[in-house]
Amino acid sequence: MIAFLLAQTIAITGGTVYPVSGPKIENATVLIRDGKIAAVGSNVAVPAGATRIDAAGKWVTPGLIDGAGQMGLREISAVQNTNESTLRGNEVAASFNVLEGINPASTLIAVNRIEGVTSTLAVPNGSLIWGQAVFIDLDGPTIEAMRVKSPAAMVADLSEGSKDAGGGSRAGVAQRLRRVLDDAREYASRRADYRRRQIQDLSASAADLEALQPVLRGELPLLVVANRRSDIQTALRIAKEFKLKLILAGAAEGWMIPGEIAAAGVPVLVEPMDNIPSFDALGIRYENAPLLAKGGVKVALMETATENTRDLRQQAGNAVASGMTWDQALRAVTLTPAEIFGVADRYGSLDAGKVANVVVWTGDPFDFATGVEHVFIRGRDIPLRSRQTELLERYRTLPPKY
Amino acid sequence: MRHLSGSVALMVLVAACASAGARTTTASTPQSGAAAAAAAGQDTAAGIGPQYPSTYQRHPNPPVLIRNATIMTAAGREIQGGSILFKDGRIVSVGTSVEAPSDAVVVDATGKWVTPGVIDTHSHIGVYAAPGTFAESDGNEATRPVTAEVWAEHSFWPQDPQIPLAIAGGVTTIQALPGSANLIGGRSAVLKLVPARSVQEMKFPGAHYGLKMACGENPKRVYGQRGGPSTRMGNMAGYREAFIGAQAYRRKWDKWNKDHQGDPPERNLRNESLAEVLRGNIYVQNHCYRADEMMEMLDLAHEFGFKIRSFHHAVEAYKIADVLAREGTASSIWSDWWGFKEEAMDGIYENGALLQQAGARVVIHSDDASGIQRLNQEAAKAMYHGRRAGIPITRDQAVRWFTANPAWVLGLDSLVGTLEPGKMADVVIWSADPLSVYARAIQVYNDGWLVYDRNDPAHQPKTDFSLGQP
Repeated sequence: MIAFLLAQTIAITGGTVYPVSGPKIENATVLIRDGKIAAVGSNVAVPAGATRIDAAGKWVTPGLIDGAGQMGLREISAVQNTNESTLRGNEVAASFNVLEGINPASTLIAVNRIEGVTSTLAVPNGSLIWGQAVFIDLDGPTIEAMRVKSPAAMVADLSEGSKDAGGGSRAGVAQRLRRVLDDAREYASRRADYRRRQIQDLSASAADLEALQPVLRGELPLLVVANRRSDIQTALRIAKEFKLKLILAGAAEGWMIPGEIAAAGVPVLVEPMDNIPSFDALGIRYENAPLLAKGGVKVALMETATENTRDLRQQAGNAVASGMTWDQALRAVTLTPAEIFGVADRYGSLDAGKVANVVVWTGDPFDFATGVEHVFIRGRDIPLRSRQTELLERYRTLPPKY
Repeated sequence: MRHLSGSVALMVLVAACASAGARTTTASTPQSGAAAAAAAGQDTAAGIGPQYPSTYQRHPNPPVLIRNATIMTAAGREIQGGSILFKDGRIVSVGTSVEAPSDAVVVDATGKWVTPGVIDTHSHIGVYAAPGTFAESDGNEATRPVTAEVWAEHSFWPQDPQIPLAIAGGVTTIQALPGSANLIGGRSAVLKLVPARSVQEMKFPGAHYGLKMACGENPKRVYGQRGGPSTRMGNMAGYREAFIGAQAYRRKWDKWNKDHQGDPPERNLRNESLAEVLRGNIYVQNHCYRADEMMEMLDLAHEFGFKIRSFHHAVEAYKIADVLAREGTASSIWSDWWGFKEEAMDGIYENGALLQQAGARVVIHSDDASGIQRLNQEAAKAMYHGRRAGIPITRDQAVRWFTANPAWVLGLDSLVGTLEPGKMADVVIWSADPLSVYARAIQVYNDGWLVYDRNDPAHQPKTDFSLGQP
């Protein structure tokens, strides 16, 4: 059975294809074989025996990618028993990888993938260093089947949210983060001394300091939550000092300093519909994503409400309404997040050889009038069913069909 | 980034807030030109006379003619190439051939859309103001489970920087509600969303107060370790006890109002609000998620002889759409919020469409300072998902979900909510079809006053708080 599925060939024909890596192609075919994209173009031969999906009049895009949220880690936010994203009692939780907390049976997965989101980051939560985020596909019976990349990023917080970890001061937060990074370096160069206890006390456990090594080597990105302009600048400063590969998340006041962010080559994750001022970001505004993009910053969009990850579409549409180009916005929910999380060799565009995460839409994916016709994840034609569609069918006519 | 940075708890708390507000009209309330038409004129509780009256005054403006727009009236018509003329705060005419008086400001709206001003039945802006510190946390008097005596207007901060954001989303009227910590959270404030120095200047003349009530998880969570209620049955007993007390209070006052024998009865603010609910002058606005609990609350209303004007949040309203249609109780809902708490697990996109199909009244509400800016988008989501499920929702119905229907929930449907001659000139010009994600409000008129113009900084009022800030 499995072998049969893997061998399946699917041809999505006649649609307007948005590969993202290149311009749109009218009346094109996307050929899927063994869970991968085999070919994309207007002159693709459809092999005999292929399952044909007629996409005439439809739009075909890569599956959307949300670089935020706690998919699989959070069933009901208000019910603590169903939350797996926070390692309590550890402000430097660098060795905490959320992967094994993910529940592949979470009802949130089906609810959101049938609206076109096929991959997400699953992000820990915490205070200063939250832990390791992983990149997952929204399909699969096991964690192993869902995993794309683990870890995909180390997550830290330089916003007002982590002040307690810095003794109540942003300066304290920055200094504590530096001390942890310094200690991680020292630990790496003196492991033997550490084991013989011939070293002064370090500011984190050996496991956490060990987990920071790929970050110090610049292999694993450090995703930093920062919103106030000065916090963004602190993140840029620390990343420069330690030669880190930085990703900014939130970056609400980033629009004030696109030049600095672009010059540092740092990509940014932005939530476009977020514009409510707080002391963490009094300058927050709708135009953040478009202004960053215009300033040359690599921008990916996100929806942080896990249960409504599907509203990533609406986030992107609103980014366009605020001045982003449509092409920029599509890239910001597909190829750009794939690049940011180091999976662009397999994800984010419709190109031969990539994983077949593909969505067939009735029209513009960002518009409310548009529906989803097919969602493919790793080449599997996902049934468009969820707990919510079952509720609809039960209560469509009253009294309900129990 | 609020969610990523761990303020999920905050979001849940806000989501959990639903309030009910009541409006009281008094004959001596100053009336704007348009509002005078309403002149509902019920007296406040028990002959006590006007209390904390509105000081709202219509801003003087020249007449305005908007031409060549697609006008969605929320009264059944979508007019292509339409014009709308308003003067002295009132809509004069709507149609395809409207003459402008010589002193009118003429706005060419070719390629643009026009709708009535957006109305939100469920907002906490002003009472949970930005920047969101404890200093502005004035929405829940969470000191005891029944606080019918508190009034949201006494918490409302007119300099909340969230107000201009909502105006820029096309919102012209809100019901600001107490939160949902309490079984009975207090009176709502029904407000014109205009720049003002005091809440009194924003109070909608002629409006009835609402009374915020809350079912389910929130009251029992807040009071479970503080003397109760700690269960849903405790919640129910709490409402009943409160209204039993109010019945006695009402009898005493009704008798005294009739015969004026001896000293008036002693006033009790809590019972004053509840007695006004029993008299039908204050509308019950009931935060309630689950279908079974809404059925319990309808029983409660029957027991005491009042109406529940609207359930709020009501994520399971579709399960009892037939009952809600029969009862005449509206449902103020989100398009797609679900799952953030257990009583919200069964939310579905088609809630609004199924209610509409059953003949029940649908309102898209926000309960959220961000969502209030995009109620048109939320209505669009609910409409299109309904259509995809085979439920033929019309565009006019979807526009009513954020205009005419919320006006009814606030008892203001004779004054606002549609674009018809005689209605208050609460009008929004949109850059595109308001049921598209790409539309933005480009001009917002409140009672004829241009309170927002996307293309003119002179008409983008800032609150005091925002001056000198980044």
